[in-house]
Amino acid sequence: MWKTLIQIVKVGLPAEAPPVLPAADAGEARRIEAEVLAVLGRALTIREVDAGSCNGCELEVHAVNNVYYNLEGYGIKFVASPRHADMLLVTGPGARNMAVALKRTYDATPAPKLVLAVGDCTRDGGIFGETYASAGGVGGIVPVDRFVSGCPPEPIEILRGILAAVKAGQQRRDV
Amino acid sequence: MDFGGLALDLTQLDAPLPIWRVSSRAEDWSETALLVAESGGRLVSLWASDRRQGASGSFTVSAAYATSSGLLCFELPLDGAHMSYPSLAGIFPCALRMQRAIADLHGLVAEGAEDTRPWFNHGAWPEDRFPLRRDFDGAESFPACQVRDYLFVRVAGDGVHEIPVGPVHAGIIEPGHFRFSVVGEKVLRLEERLGYTHKGIEKRFESLPAQAGYRLAGRVSGDATVAYAWAYCMALEGAVGGNAPERARWLRAMLLERERIANHLGDLGALGNDAAFAFGLTHFMRLKEDWLRLNKRLFGHRFAMDRIVPGGVALDVDAPGAAWVVEQCDAVEREVRTLRRIYDDHAGLQDRFVTTGRVTPALAKELGLTGLAGRASGFGHDLRADLPMSPYAELQVRKASHSNGDVAARVFVRFEEILESLRLIREIVTALPPGEVLAPLPSLEEDGFGIGWVESWRGEVLVALETEGERIRRCHCHDPSWQNWPVLEHAVMGNIVPDFPLINKSFNLSYSGHDL
Repeated sequence: MWKTLIQIVKVGLPAEAPPVLPAADAGEARRIEAEVLAVLGRALTIREVDAGSCNGCELEVHAVNNVYYNLEGYGIKFVASPRHADMLLVTGPGARNMAVALKRTYDATPAPKLVLAVGDCTRDGGIFGETYASAGGVGGIVPVDRFVSGCPPEPIEILRGILAAVKAGQQRRDV
Repeated sequence: MDFGGLALDLTQLDAPLPIWRVSSRAEDWSETALLVAESGGRLVSLWASDRRQGASGSFTVSAAYATSSGLLCFELPLDGAHMSYPSLAGIFPCALRMQRAIADLHGLVAEGAEDTRPWFNHGAWPEDRFPLRRDFDGAESFPACQVRDYLFVRVAGDGVHEIPVGPVHAGIIEPGHFRFSVVGEKVLRLEERLGYTHKGIEKRFESLPAQAGYRLAGRVSGDATVAYAWAYCMALEGAVGGNAPERARWLRAMLLERERIANHLGDLGALGNDAAFAFGLTHFMRLKEDWLRLNKRLFGHRFAMDRIVPGGVALDVDAPGAAWVVEQCDAVEREVRTLRRIYDDHAGLQDRFVTTGRVTPALAKELGLTGLAGRASGFGHDLRADLPMSPYAELQVRKASHSNGDVAARVFVRFEEILESLRLIREIVTALPPGEVLAPLPSLEEDGFGIGWVESWRGEVLVALETEGERIRRCHCHDPSWQNWPVLEHAVMGNIVPDFPLINKSFNLSYSGHDL
């Protein structure tokens, strides 16, 4: 127990400043939490769905949960069920074998049902293309609010994408 | 070579490890498998190729066996209209699912196999169409078929019920379906159904120039991108008779060891977390993040994707870079030793780890458990130590091993391997041979064949590459998860359902690498 406590004290708090959103999305770091609250009225919960990724994106989604990115500090949290989620974070080119499961997961998610597609292959299949086994992107299976580019995108890009999708979802409802 | 009384006509392939290619006859196919098994060899991979347009004019089934003297790749051309070959599952149980995949993708049937249910074909393409045949157009897609019923093995008895899990899981992990048959909390039987991430990688290779295939190989399983890219490049270099310069081989080994450490750090954290010790996840993930950030700074990519290229590597390490690497290795070693003491002394953690998910050495041998999990079950193979190629021959890798075969043993092996890989990385960067890091490969004119075989962090990956001119005719990628997924079904028997995530994580198998 002492060793554990000593280690905790020694390491301290390595959390870093949140990302600055580019151009139109630019905002104060402190506003991020406020924005999440303004859009949803509460914290943001995310359900991750792998629709055939190579698991590279999963490594980075794990990383975005590490102490440096302080995700839960903004009230953003990954949850175990789509029924508890505001957002689906989808990876992979849309493996046809996952199409039904992805659609059902989407159907099980309550509004606002935001969808963030993470990784180059979610857009058009990327390196896996559109084939007998790959739908060539997840957009044909579920509606996507925002794509995050990269193979895999770095954690900071995923974090930016989450925040941008929240805003995009808000605009979608405002229209 | 005289192999157990059989005179074999062997051709040694151009590869940094001893790899032979042998043409087999239908009547010898099972007998050679038996001889390999009796001499302590193991089945590494089983796959098929459509060579109807080639010299043999037929489909070919290939089996790659690891023996003490190297890899033996037996090729069985199927006569004319013959669409079947003798099943190897009675000798090597791990062959069963590989045979089911061959049936789905090539339409070739294993004679005498007990289980002939489809494996990858969940209804995305018609049952009478076979994607890896040359006359199948990979770009063709089919109207979504009805989800077909898959016949799981039913367990009957008083109080037995089923728990279906997946394909979408509760954590941030890949998709697959697990069907538990339980009494109360106790697992009587687990049956896996995989193939959900099948995205047609092997068909996709056929549309790529051979020089470009390393990028796709690097995305077979993202967490082993370095190992796959190296295996692919080894296969291509063998096929064309090229060679990576010495400095490039050392840098490849450095990347492979860095990949091993990154994954082991993540797994050790996740294992702590799955045993309700979130402290472990926090600290190991912090170390992993530092580790990946140095990758980014030195190689331009956090996982060093696309940095191993045909003929060498697309990076170099200068003196300041080497100093950063050594400095970071020292820091990580100090922290890992501290965390290891904390894990070892934590009664709650050890209570969850010890005796959980046990695979005995006898079962490991029988089922062909491989890689890290094999080494934790007294079935210790490690290509880096058993058949060392440059630079591993010079570095003298110490193989980690344990014989308890439980979660604790797999944790132990990971700690040992982190420390050993830290030593290797320090030695590599301080003794890097001078010279070029890239030697352009000769151009491909004739048909080529090469095999790459690399010990990834999870176990041995294999890439078998057939080229025609500049193009890929067939590229088969094999992940060690093929061997280890069926063993996981045994490892959870008799354990309680809440220990499944812990046991599963202690193997940490790849879905994508298996599903292709």
